[in-house]
Amino acid sequence: MSPDSDDRHGGHGALFWLFTGMRNLLSLPALILLTSIVGFSAFALESGLTRAEAVFMSLAVWALPAQVILIGTMAGGANIAACFLAVTLSSIRMTPMVASVIPEMRTKRTPIWLLLILSHFIAITSWVFAITTLRNVPREYRAIYFAGFGVTLTLTGTLVVALFYGLAATFPPFVAGVLFFMTPVYFIASIWASAHQPVVKFAFVAGVVLGPSLTLLTPEFDVLYAGIGGGSIAYLIDRIRRKRKPAGAGAAR
Amino acid sequence: MMEEWRTFIFIAVAGFLATDVWRWLGVVAGNRLNEDSEALYWVRAVATALVMAVTAKLIVFPTGTLSGSPLWLRLAAAGIGFAVFLAAGRKVAVGVAVPMAILVAGLWWVGF
Repeated sequence: MSPDSDDRHGGHGALFWLFTGMRNLLSLPALILLTSIVGFSAFALESGLTRAEAVFMSLAVWALPAQVILIGTMAGGANIAACFLAVTLSSIRMTPMVASVIPEMRTKRTPIWLLLILSHFIAITSWVFAITTLRNVPREYRAIYFAGFGVTLTLTGTLVVALFYGLAATFPPFVAGVLFFMTPVYFIASIWASAHQPVVKFAFVAGVVLGPSLTLLTPEFDVLYAGIGGGSIAYLIDRIRRKRKPAGAGAAR
Repeated sequence: MMEEWRTFIFIAVAGFLATDVWRWLGVVAGNRLNEDSEALYWVRAVATALVMAVTAKLIVFPTGTLSGSPLWLRLAAAGIGFAVFLAAGRKVAVGVAVPMAILVAGLWWVGF
């Protein structure tokens, strides 16, 4: 340890937390995401994107659903305004996702420009990573810890697009299908396992039920309605539960 | 020349900007929230419901090869897998391995 390392937190400094974040690239969630990016590069090739365009898209957008929608609308010949609208509707979910992580990630002195840059690296996998692990990191090192994971994951994901472009199309369909299933089952397990507050579990159930049901009713806005509607219902149920608790003490959920 | 750059401009405007404005808005909004404030409870609930809606849709309405597999099999794999995951003390590895195994066995059984 160098003499100027901070001893108040078990002697671990910024570099330690940066590398700890980076090391999570070898974790199960990161490997699952990198696998689904292999699937994306096959889709990009089939849809007529060049390798350079696919790489640029991965780095600049870094949100798989948005990328798939953008490719779909571009391939359909839509103009740039129509493409923007379709993508931006799917990306509204970024606001509550980022907003729910920021209060845990920053200190009072964290500059906003740093948070604006880091927000680009928040997508579903790194959001789950943040809500699961940030609480175990000393507050002043949370931003650098997240940067270690988030930036490394984005760069590696983009590298995967560059390397696997063209190659992934040769996978047998059975393998591609099975790999596709890994992403949702991982989200189900990890988000439930990391849910420390009952409100998260209520919201979990509401989202699972409302998401696919609303697709049948309003395929354009299903995720948005399921999120805002389901989340608000979950919040209200939890609020009633919390208000009632002092009266009926010990009434464990 | 224009044609070459057209896709890149589409990606920058309809991809990058269309997505990152919402991320920036999240930073601005989240920067005003206190930890354990009432508003943060709601934001957390909305974010979780959104992510789970996307997730459930991947199972019910998958794209690509899996869209040709039976819905009951995907639901059974996810449902039974989740039950085993809860019974096994919420181990994430169990929650991933069990549904995958059921899916592989089921696809093989129906001759996918």
